[in-house]
Amino acid sequence: MTVEETRAALAATFGVEVTSAPIMSITVPPDRWEELGRFAKETLGCRFFSFLTAVDWKEQGLEVLAKVDNLDDNVALLLKTRLGPGVTTCSSLMPVYRGADWMERECFDMFGIRFENHRDLRRILLDDAWEGHPLLKSYAVDTPHPPYR
Amino acid sequence: MLDESTVSRVEMDWSGPERLTMNMGPQHPSAHGVFRAIVTLEGETVVAVDAVIGYLHRCHEKLSETLTYAQYPSIASKTDYVAAMTSEFAYVLAAEEIGKIEVPKRAQYLRVICAELQRIASHLLWLGTWCMDMGGALGGGATIFLYCIRERELILDLFEALVGARLLYGFFQVGGTRYDIPDGWAQQCRETVDVIDSRVDEYQQMLEQNAFFLARAKGVGIVSRELAEDVGIAGPLLRGSGVNWDLRRTAPYSSYQDFDFRVPVETDGDCYARYRVRMAEFRQSIAIIRQALDKLPAGPISSRPALKSVAQIRIPKGEAYARVEGPRGEVGTYMIADGSAKPYRMKWRGASFSNLAILPHIIPGHKVADVVAIMGSVDPVFGEVDR
Amino acid sequence: MPSWLTLLIAPFIVLNVVIVMVTYVTLLERKFAARMQSRIGPYRVGPHGLLQPIADALKLMMKEDVVPTAADRRIYNLAPIVFLIPCMLIFATIPFAPGLGVADVNIGILFFLAVSAMEIVGLFMAGWGSNNKYALLSAMRAVNQIISYDLPFIFSALVPVLLAGSLKMSDIAAVQQGSLLKWFIFYPVIGQLAFIMFIVSTLAAENRVPFDILEAESELVAGFRVEYSGMKFALIQLGEYAHMIGSSFLGALLFLGAWSGPGPEYLGPIWFLLKAMFFFLVVTWIRWSFVRIRVDQILALSWKALLPATLGLLIMTAVVVVWRTSGIP
Repeated sequence: MTVEETRAALAATFGVEVTSAPIMSITVPPDRWEELGRFAKETLGCRFFSFLTAVDWKEQGLEVLAKVDNLDDNVALLLKTRLGPGVTTCSSLMPVYRGADWMERECFDMFGIRFENHRDLRRILLDDAWEGHPLLKSYAVDTPHPPYR
Repeated sequence: MLDESTVSRVEMDWSGPERLTMNMGPQHPSAHGVFRAIVTLEGETVVAVDAVIGYLHRCHEKLSETLTYAQYPSIASKTDYVAAMTSEFAYVLAAEEIGKIEVPKRAQYLRVICAELQRIASHLLWLGTWCMDMGGALGGGATIFLYCIRERELILDLFEALVGARLLYGFFQVGGTRYDIPDGWAQQCRETVDVIDSRVDEYQQMLEQNAFFLARAKGVGIVSRELAEDVGIAGPLLRGSGVNWDLRRTAPYSSYQDFDFRVPVETDGDCYARYRVRMAEFRQSIAIIRQALDKLPAGPISSRPALKSVAQIRIPKGEAYARVEGPRGEVGTYMIADGSAKPYRMKWRGASFSNLAILPHIIPGHKVADVVAIMGSVDPVFGEVDR
Repeated sequence: MPSWLTLLIAPFIVLNVVIVMVTYVTLLERKFAARMQSRIGPYRVGPHGLLQPIADALKLMMKEDVVPTAADRRIYNLAPIVFLIPCMLIFATIPFAPGLGVADVNIGILFFLAVSAMEIVGLFMAGWGSNNKYALLSAMRAVNQIISYDLPFIFSALVPVLLAGSLKMSDIAAVQQGSLLKWFIFYPVIGQLAFIMFIVSTLAAENRVPFDILEAESELVAGFRVEYSGMKFALIQLGEYAHMIGSSFLGALLFLGAWSGPGPEYLGPIWFLLKAMFFFLVVTWIRWSFVRIRVDQILALSWKALLPATLGLLIMTAVVVVWRTSGIP
């Protein structure tokens, strides 16, 4: 599907505004997150899973975003969802994209977001005994962690 | 799947009928860095692989929130330290995209030359270490390793003349490049590239006519096109599986559209296909460098020269995802700027992190010896995996 | 002099010469490999590195003798010795010149082949006694590989035996005296084929690259030797290189005419040594040029390709010999 068709299909199915600059992105409520992933992969042809990450917007809560590409038609799409303030669970994209496995483990590790339906959610970059989630804005840069300080 | 209590202490264990759990790494001559693979073996065949990473984690993403746009590019090179130029490239491209900062043509061409030289140097290291993994540090592998390192030294000499450093540069800055090429550098670059062109011919002959090498590389580690796209691997791995996707062609940045080069694609998906893709990339990079040197325009090297204080560059509110075709794949930076001198959030899309995620999918079914061959052909750099 | 003393002198001399030769052959290999890789090799210890092996030997002798607590002490300590003895014993039947050998028995080749295969016992003892799963994995691969390749080794070594008509080493060498073309390597077709198969089998029976899955630096770091250090490691190294040199001498004797060469007779042993070193350098050259192949490919090569080939070659040799001696045109 071309860029125009993709935008039209997204707007029609999800009814939210699709921004196009700097990159085509769509924000959906968290309960439609997995549906959006499946739609992107199966209907829009965006089979290339680039990355998944999260942003901590302080009082407004966390936001999970994933970038997928349609390699055949050269379409880049950014999927976003805003978890509300204080919410730390999100549905997992692992049943849809296999690449979400390690990316979601990293999100869990860095932000503390628990992904439902993830096959094996454990810390990936930090030690299993680590306390805290470093990329949250509330985690100060020089937070000591035993036994290293 | 191993649960949290076993991950930290398994060394070797009998896990069920006839299955042996063996630990490879993190200190291991062929781990390409610090990497731990917990392999479950049935005899000599690998049944499952659990990749444990994070030994080199320095939390670059948190670090970037504390360093300004002028300070961070030197640190950015420490993610993919083997191809430091392309790592810095992604970061400055993102900042320039949000801030709509113009980059002069000469700086763009210089960036292209350095990125392609870096690609050649990185692929030389890949070839040397991959053959060394397969052939032993006291055997034929070491021979090719030393030859490749000898050529890589020629390129590192060029970088030393340009920047002053051999491995980790601070060459890129927001707005252009930091240094200009000294006198005689263009001539030395042309000579180096000619030498490497002829030597790569030799290595190709030495390897491709060797039945042992073909036996180790053909049919090993086959990645199907569907798996490649689903997991998100990029670079020579993706092009070795038949997907014609090269960011320099499909999403050109920094004047790549001015150059005439071919994108090598192979369809087999095994280690040998990836090897052929990388060997062809040598030639294409050499072609790009020659064209860039011929067409190098005069002019300023940065639109933000005379950087006097570290907080001088301020990027207005916005977000962007900038990506670069590094030697290992798509290196990207998703940046959210909030108007100050430091980014609000920066996500490193490391090429090796996504590439490494394919190991648990393709290794089961192969023998132990193939684990090192496959890992070598995936070519991970752990600075990028762990960031 | 009491007769038992004279009996001891020859072995004593041979063993000492072999040990000195082993240490200097390591230097030869390092220099050769270095030149292939466009570097120099040992250079500083003594003029052009000539004292390097002495320095290495002294270092190994001065090292602490470490025995892992979980290792099976008796087997662990005995293994290097059990490994070394067959590797030294093979020099017993090799005649270095007509009449100059320790024990030139009339089943010389049989003795050599049988005893050289016994190193595998010591090897497995080393892997087992270390109580280290990497060592065990490597020892298992070793048993697999050496057993698979000993058969082609023996069959290809038997081809010159058939051509000469005797198992006695000095007889085989005597048949090749006279002219260059009498060397078995120049025997039409059969000689060359047997030589090639002999080299391939030697590479595998000695665990040299491309068949060195045994040590496989990048997978099972040092294999069965991983827990050994100091003098025990030196004994294992000694054994490996002694076996390699012994096989080189065997190869030179079987195919390259042993002591035949231009010049007066007392130069014979020198020619023998040079030919053995040539054989050794060919093996070294192969070692530093090729990557290694996987264990299942190695075993497939042996059982599916090399064994039928050597067997066929042996039968063909027998047919040719009978045809030649019976005078049928």
